[in-house]
Amino acid sequence: MTALPDLAPRAGAEALLRQTGPARPRLGLGPALRWLLLFAGGVVMVAPLAFMLSTSFKYPFEVYSLSLIPEEPTLDNYRAVLGDRRFGWWFYNSLLVATLTTISNVFWDSLVGYTLAKFRFRFRQVVFVAILSTLMIPTEMLVIPWYLMSQQLGWLNTHWGIMFPGLMTAFGVFLMRQFFLTVPDDFLEAARIDGLNEFQIWWRIAMPLVRPALAALAIFVFLGNWTAFIWPLIVTNSQRMYTLPVGLTTFSVEQSVQWELIMTGAAISVLPTLIVFLLFQRFIIRGVVMAGLKG
Amino acid sequence: MATLILRDLVKSFGSTRVLHGINLSVADGEFIVLVGPSGCGKSTTLRMIAGLDEVTSGTIEIAGRTVNHLEPKDRDIAMVFQNYAIYPHMTVRQNIGFGLYTARLPRAERARRIEEVAAILGMTEYLERKPAALSGGQRQRVAIGRAMVRNPAVFLFDEPLSNLDAQLRTQMRLEIKKLHARLGNTIVFVTHDQVEAMTMADRIVIMKDGRIRQVGTPAEVYHAPADSFVAQFIGAPSMNLLPGRAGGGRVRLDLGAEIALGRAAEGAVLLGIRPEDLRPAPAEGAPLRGTVTVAEPLGPGTLLHVDLGGGVEVIATGPGRAAPRPGEALGLAPDPGALHLFDAASGRALR
Repeated sequence: MTALPDLAPRAGAEALLRQTGPARPRLGLGPALRWLLLFAGGVVMVAPLAFMLSTSFKYPFEVYSLSLIPEEPTLDNYRAVLGDRRFGWWFYNSLLVATLTTISNVFWDSLVGYTLAKFRFRFRQVVFVAILSTLMIPTEMLVIPWYLMSQQLGWLNTHWGIMFPGLMTAFGVFLMRQFFLTVPDDFLEAARIDGLNEFQIWWRIAMPLVRPALAALAIFVFLGNWTAFIWPLIVTNSQRMYTLPVGLTTFSVEQSVQWELIMTGAAISVLPTLIVFLLFQRFIIRGVVMAGLKG
Repeated sequence: MATLILRDLVKSFGSTRVLHGINLSVADGEFIVLVGPSGCGKSTTLRMIAGLDEVTSGTIEIAGRTVNHLEPKDRDIAMVFQNYAIYPHMTVRQNIGFGLYTARLPRAERARRIEEVAAILGMTEYLERKPAALSGGQRQRVAIGRAMVRNPAVFLFDEPLSNLDAQLRTQMRLEIKKLHARLGNTIVFVTHDQVEAMTMADRIVIMKDGRIRQVGTPAEVYHAPADSFVAQFIGAPSMNLLPGRAGGGRVRLDLGAEIALGRAAEGAVLLGIRPEDLRPAPAEGAPLRGTVTVAEPLGPGTLLHVDLGGGVEVIATGPGRAAPRPGEALGLAPDPGALHLFDAASGRALR
């Protein structure tokens, strides 16, 4: 029944997380093959990360050897990177931009998504299609107009300049609209009778009901902005305003590529994304389960 | 005085008119049930009273005040929804208290009213639970509690029992009726279940295709249905309707049989006989004769489906013990004092 969207997904998530009992089934050929494939996939995914981590503990002479364990492990790279004042700026810039963009997206995407899902107005479908169609234009094509715009408005080399193209995303609007469609109207009508205005209905009733989607959106947006490269590279022109991915490349433009420093910076920059994921993952798992149940 | 008056209420969606002028006057403290098949406009009527659907034309008056253009929260109503619509992310206490959201009551007063409502509904020990940890009946109580806490002039119920299993439905039916006796609020209750309508209502409003067919007490609509639709809709199993021609104080059925009416009527008619008024009789001299096709024992009686020939089947009531069996030939005699007569063309009752 629609009245308990909360119950079934939670039960599902618990089932998903539950450990299997001590009685293990014997490994047949089919499961063995499946495990092997999954393991291979895992290796492919993890290998670059492992090399990144390993390289960050190596001296330059050892960078091009493929061994995972450094012969002479060192923390010099970490000292160098963390001691570099610029790294602090970049980290701050990235964190600020990614956090503000995430907050903005969670707020605006869901506000627009809710409006498109739950209100009937003239040209609603047209607006929705117009928003969706922007998804088909690649970033590479947009950076020139963005740049010209930023130049005209004096936004070059500012935090605002880095952030403004991503403050709302068509993908986010679409995602939130789809989730709000699954919220039964009865909840909203009950709230209307209880005396809430439309904004309060959205904020106090509808938003808590789509928390898994909000968590998923927050993770997508944060990761996307944390790793964004092309636009921050174009819009910034001083090292002071660089974001982490842009800043890390400066280690490679001078005479030689200092891989060990790039890898160290990258390893450190993975940390916040891990934290964001850990914070929101329980919602994500629920969200995925819920999406599965709703077909 | 929480009266509710609907005057020439019309609702159109685009060019489709779904309500064709509803007129209804509900007295203070009355329990009114709107009943009808799906698509008859009963829920639309309720939603218009609540202020969730706009009124196309006509007026709605609550307690002497025209509310057409008021927001739902300003109409002094509360509504209980079919799927409860209790907020899953809030505890029972928060859910019930949410009805007071705009009331701007002092904290202590708010808490007192929540406790009071919870006590009436027997939900005190569940106040800190989330809806997911409640049974269907308990959720329904929370939904009612959220409506009660505001002490509205009019309670609106939109098929609140249809999600419950049969046993719980019977129990909640009784509880709502007791609650009404205790609180005395005006109630408008929508259902498609005629048993709910009969058992709960002070007066029943039977609707079809956006029009009211009859308004009356359960006894009135049962014993004096205004037309053949009401006659068949109210009562289970449905009233038998047999076509024929009336004249000279008798009805000559198309089947061939003749039945004495004891009153004057002329022309093409439908003769209505409720199953409980049609009983087995000795084959000789019985006005109707047929073969039992199905016998449904109910305990106190047995429902007999009897084929009268010519593709006409009626339902009669036999004794609980030693009832006729399928295949048996049977005479049937209607109770002459309980015959209903309807105009064949318009379906209107002839009295």
